[in-house]
Amino acid sequence: MNSPAHNTRRDFIVRTTKAGLAIAAAGTAGVLLHDRKGPSAYASAETVSVPDFSVTGVGRHLSIVTGSDRIKTVNRALQALGGIEQFIKPGDRVVLKVNAAFASPASLGATSHPDLVGEVIKLCLRAGAAAVSVTDNPINDPASCFTLTGIAKAAEAAGARVILPDAAAFKPATLAGGRLIRDWPLLFEPLRGATKLIGIAPVKDHHRSGASMTMKNWYGLLGGRRNIFHQDIHTIIFELAQMVRPTLVILDGTNTMMSNGPTGGSLEDLKATHTMIVSTDQVAADAFGATLLGKTADDLPFITKAAGAGLGTADFESLKPRRDNVL
Amino acid sequence: MNIVNVRRVTQVFFFLLFLWFCVVSTVGERWHQLRGWPINWFLQLDPLVALGTLLTTNKIYAGLIWALLTIALTILLGRFFCGWVCPFGALHQFVGWAGRRRRKHAERVALNQYRGAQVLKYYLLAALLSAAAGGLLAELARLPHHRTAPTGMVLAVGFAIFAVLAIRKWTGNWKRAIGGLVVLVAVWFGLGLLSLPEKFAASALQTGLLDPIPIMHRSVNLVLLSAVDAAGGSNRIYVAGGSIALVFFAAVVLNLWIPRFYCRFVCPLGALFGVLVRWTPWRVGKRQGDCNQCELCENNCEGACDPFGKIRTSECLLCLNCLKACRQAQMTYGPGRSAAGEVESPGVTRRGFFVAAFAGVASVPAARLAGNLDQNWNSGVVRPPGALSEEIFLDRCLKCGQCMRVCPTNVIQPAVLEAGLEGLWTPVLNFRAGTSGCQLNCIACGNVCPTAAIRPLALDEKLGRGEFASAGPIRLGTAFVDRGRCLPWAMDAPCIVCQENCPVSPKAIFLREEFQIIRDGTRKVRSSSSTSVTLDGAPWRTGKLATGDYFIRPESAPEQERRLIAENSADSIRIASSASWTESPAAGARAVLEVRLQKPVIDPDLCIGCGVCQHECPVSGLRAIRVTAENESRTRRHSLTPRAG
Repeated sequence: MNSPAHNTRRDFIVRTTKAGLAIAAAGTAGVLLHDRKGPSAYASAETVSVPDFSVTGVGRHLSIVTGSDRIKTVNRALQALGGIEQFIKPGDRVVLKVNAAFASPASLGATSHPDLVGEVIKLCLRAGAAAVSVTDNPINDPASCFTLTGIAKAAEAAGARVILPDAAAFKPATLAGGRLIRDWPLLFEPLRGATKLIGIAPVKDHHRSGASMTMKNWYGLLGGRRNIFHQDIHTIIFELAQMVRPTLVILDGTNTMMSNGPTGGSLEDLKATHTMIVSTDQVAADAFGATLLGKTADDLPFITKAAGAGLGTADFESLKPRRDNVL
Repeated sequence: MNIVNVRRVTQVFFFLLFLWFCVVSTVGERWHQLRGWPINWFLQLDPLVALGTLLTTNKIYAGLIWALLTIALTILLGRFFCGWVCPFGALHQFVGWAGRRRRKHAERVALNQYRGAQVLKYYLLAALLSAAAGGLLAELARLPHHRTAPTGMVLAVGFAIFAVLAIRKWTGNWKRAIGGLVVLVAVWFGLGLLSLPEKFAASALQTGLLDPIPIMHRSVNLVLLSAVDAAGGSNRIYVAGGSIALVFFAAVVLNLWIPRFYCRFVCPLGALFGVLVRWTPWRVGKRQGDCNQCELCENNCEGACDPFGKIRTSECLLCLNCLKACRQAQMTYGPGRSAAGEVESPGVTRRGFFVAAFAGVASVPAARLAGNLDQNWNSGVVRPPGALSEEIFLDRCLKCGQCMRVCPTNVIQPAVLEAGLEGLWTPVLNFRAGTSGCQLNCIACGNVCPTAAIRPLALDEKLGRGEFASAGPIRLGTAFVDRGRCLPWAMDAPCIVCQENCPVSPKAIFLREEFQIIRDGTRKVRSSSSTSVTLDGAPWRTGKLATGDYFIRPESAPEQERRLIAENSADSIRIASSASWTESPAAGARAVLEVRLQKPVIDPDLCIGCGVCQHECPVSGLRAIRVTAENESRTRRHSLTPRAG
């Protein structure tokens, strides 16, 4: 049985079997992985959509409180809407979208004020929020922006987490029916798993759009070469307002940047207007904010577009705003 | 006819067939032009192309499935492709044969000895395929992040099975085996959960650098045939042609030192075949262990596979010269192993393999440190119409030069370093080369691309017609006017060549008309009639102002009094009698001479970046209108204007 001829034959059969199996494996893989059609124009990627963060049943409300102390005015303005507990429930994971666009000190009014951000964080945590995070995709270097504006320090001191926008934080998003926001990178990771979203923005002059307030603040959720949208600024603000349905917006008109916006850079650009606005209707908040800039809603096409689409009302008086003042 | 002559005829046939496919890769209706020839057939037979793109794209594109035939035949018969089909191999064989023709027997045998360095090609193959597999590795590393629980479960089960097997098989050494596995899994989970795998592993297809069929294609397409074409009066140029020629001729000339140098030491395709032949049922070998030791079998051994001693089947190219050379008919091709024994392994060491594989994987993120695929992208890299977005383009491009050969205008050029290190010899558009920009109604490049790095477009898709109307035409980039160099913008010289040549309808270049007073153009009137004026000041060349672009009017008169200058002498000007003034400029008053300028402005919504304007711009060096890749269709990241679609 163990003759050389037998070994040779056996060896040949083993080799032939292995070769046959290898061919069969290659053939199977080839047929399974065969692609007759070829690639499509774009590489497909996971697309995301922003959930609706508004609280059902609350309706559209607006409160306007005058006073120079942000901590007092924001508390009073929230109380006027029934207290933060109306919006933040125990266990909520809250994201604060601040305006941290520029690496400039809080006193210049180009960014959300750290006192205000810190106070809102404390209120959310007191209402039982499980976690609060603060995020923005600024124009200047992100880390510098959060540090120099004082937002990072205030947020961390109040117990929130600052989420800087890294490359992995952006996911392509498409606004259904939108013209500009199509397959566009969106600062989405901070929103993943969040249950509430609050926008906090100062009232500012803006040379391109006329004003930067709560709706324009969502621009900071865009990634990529978003500056191409300045060619159609009112449409992009309108589309952002369509895409983002916040729990609340807080518009800080304590000091309004009247000129040289949106960067400012001098105290000369600021005017003490001593007003804090809290609203569930971002269109109404911006329509009122326009008056602090000496404008009306009609001067700002993004407000007209948003109101026309039913995202809110430009006629803020129709909401019967609760007015108050704290000295 | 003996078997060696059959092989020679076959080699010549495939070599000529290959040349023919290159020759016909031009657009036209003459008998030697493209008319359905399967010009990519050799690339499709090449399993390194199929395997490389399979690793980078997870798919085998269309005709690349032909590689299965080569793989099956190689597994059954041995490296027939190297010895019988490969045109680069045939060239090496011929040059090597010519180089050793007058050498003595002992010298020839020495030339054809197996050398340890022949293992190098396997390491090159490992490095190239590892670079291609980087994306898969990143995908794998990402698994624990996306699917932590299922991955963990599968691993736990696999781990348990492995542990049992390890205990059985490596008793005494199973600690090390399991320890190694634990470390591997920990690293895997660590990388996947804590970081961004795509930052440290990505795929890049670089097999085309060394794969003989792409080398042969680009060398014949861009070097040899351009010389032939030049003899026929064409002046096609290829920007990186010099470096392509250098590699090609170096590989050819090295045969004079050691025959089949490239095949033996470098060729990664040969290495792939060397791996595939491990179980070939039929192989070359000796009938009996002892012979009369003449070593004639190694006199012309192409693979340097030691048929005289223990044959290395992984190196054997099936040239079958040994069969013919042996006077005693000792050498045979059959089902048995060589009676003198065989060396089964190609000689790859585990350490060497890991070094090569690591180098391959690491080379891709290293090359991308420059950010070429990211924010530091080079807008000077304008890719052909239908090219995929850069990252997936580089996953497919073989640098074979088929698109460059077929491009009727010669505007597609092999890149030097503008597309980064990994973009060497990939197709970019150079609007100063060739006879025109990218032709509006041409889709040749995508339809010859063997791997769909440039997608095959239908004309309707390229032009944005029919079902593609909403997407609009394919844009390669956008033209930008350099107002500091443009003749009407910078030098008061009428031109508008770019606007006239814009092939888009309506034109993507529109004109701003403007009348400018020319230099020293405000002059005192010496005398005048209803159709002529004589002016003070420095004389003009006769006819200088009679080009149809120059006008004259009294300085104080409104624009309606502006008249086209019909003729001029050194100091006098005549206007057409049909346009005579009702009140001619008064003597002693001042008249102004104006030039009508039409200044080109780009409409970014219409511009497709074809580069015809740049090609035609009379500013011949650095053109005054130039196309860069901003707004190219292939990625939204380079959008210039907000638009739908």
